[in-house]
This record gives sequence, structure tokens and C-alpha cells, in this order.
Amino acid sequence: MESIPDTSGYMIAGYVIAFLTMGIHVLSLYIRNKNLRRDLEMLESLDTEKK
Amino acid sequence: MQSRPIALTILDILSVISIGVATYFALVFAPTELFMGQVQRVFYFHVGTAWVGMLGFILAAVAGVIYLINKDMKWDRFEVAAVEISTMFFFITIVLGSIWARPAWNTWWTWDPRLTTAAITELIYIAYFMLRAGIEDPEKRARFGAVYTLLGGISVPITFMAIRLFRTIHPVVVGNESAAAEGGFSMTGDMVTAMLVAFAAFTIIFIDLLWHRIRIGGLQEKVEQLKLKISM
Repeated sequence: MESIPDTSGYMIAGYVIAFLTMGIHVLSLYIRNKNLRRDLEMLESLDTEKK
Repeated sequence: MQSRPIALTILDILSVISIGVATYFALVFAPTELFMGQVQRVFYFHVGTAWVGMLGFILAAVAGVIYLINKDMKWDRFEVAAVEISTMFFFITIVLGSIWARPAWNTWWTWDPRLTTAAITELIYIAYFMLRAGIEDPEKRARFGAVYTLLGGISVPITFMAIRLFRTIHPVVVGNESAAAEGGFSMTGDMVTAMLVAFAAFTIIFIDLLWHRIRIGGLQEKVEQLKLKISM
């Protein structure tokens, strides 16, 4: 009987890349959100000062 | 300042739980395939990400049509969000497919109809962001983007049907596969369960990320409007 080929290295690589890609995307959403909120706060205070 | 809705926090928690459950079903619950071994387990994330990838491209095309009809910028924000999230998921689909292909087909890549149409679809949506980056006027950018996603959306059914219409080596999960297909396997009940769990999990994650991205779009618009107001 033939044994099951050892392809676990490919599987690990696949899951590492999948989680890494999703992680980078989530991080990018978090950073963009944080920066935009900071900009908005600053612009709102500038707008209030202008008034 | 806009506070985070409770539903979004619940969705965040659900997303974390569902990715954990989907990983457990893919790596532990599903049985090991006898001919390919452990690499077959990437199949569950491959089909899960492909599903949300294609779903998002179709939703973006629908949002594009709605924008062209009512010119409401919220549909432009929805469209951009759907394209961004789906482009990321579809990238994972292609990479996982390539990793699976190496031991199954003895090559990382081949210009098979399914692989080619999938690569073209991904490139179309990468180009979408390049197009938008080149247009400064928000309304013009939204209009061009809407037409582009509408045309780009045609690539989705072509990619989906490629393995059913053409002679291809890519296996078919649902329906009859081509005689040239290589690496196909009969799914056991547990494998089907793991696949359905992956579909459900990625759908939840997709909705969660889409909502976050739409909110970022709203913030971007507010910042742009305030900048304009202050500069005047």
C-alpha cells in the first residue's frame, strides 16, 4: 500500500500566507482609521478656532 | 465623533471566533486526503476566500449601478470597500491555489483557463485602484469607478464558469469536471462540513471587514470636506 505523501510544508506555507495577508490588511485598516480620526480631530479644532 | 456601533463590535468578536472555528475544521476536523496528504487542507480556505472574493466583486458592480442611478456617494464608498476586501481575499485564493498546485500538478503555475481568468480578474481590480488614484474630482472618480466595476464584474462569471466550459486541469467541486482535470478528489461528509464552515466563516469576516472599510471611507470624505472648508 502506498503511503500518504508528506506535503505538510506546503500546507503550513499556505496558512501562514493566508493569515499574514489578512493580518496585514486588518492592521492597515486600523492604522488608516486611527490616522483619519486624528486628522478629523485636528481639522475640527482648526475649524472651531476659525469661527 | 462617530462612535463604534455595538453590532460592529459583536461582528468583530464573531469574526475572530469564526476564523478560529474554520481553521480547526480545516486542520483538525477534516480527514487527511490519501493522495495529496496535508496540502489538500488549503482547499478549505481556497474556496472560502474565492467565494467572498467573487461575492465582493459582484456587490461592487451592483453598487456601481446604484451609484450611476442615484449619484449617492455612499454607494461609491460601498463599492471601493467591496473591491478592496475582495482583492485581498482573491489574492489569498490565487496564492493558496498555487501552493496546492506545486505538489498536485508539479508546477506553481500553468496558463490554464481557470488560473488565467482568475489572474486577469485580480489584475483588473488592482488596476481599479490605479484608475481611482489618478482622478482628483470625487464625482468623476466615483462615476469612472462605477463604470469600471460594472465592466470588471463580467470577469467574475467568466472565471467561475471557466472550469465548466473549457478543457482545464483545475478540478471542479460542484458539477462535472473536464476529462483533463488533475488533482480532484471525492469529498467525504466531514470534508463537505469543513468546506461549509469555511464558507460561513469567510462570509462573516467579509461583512465585518466591509463595514470597517465603509466607515473609513466615510471618515475620508469628512476629512476631505473639512480640509476644503478650512482652505476657503
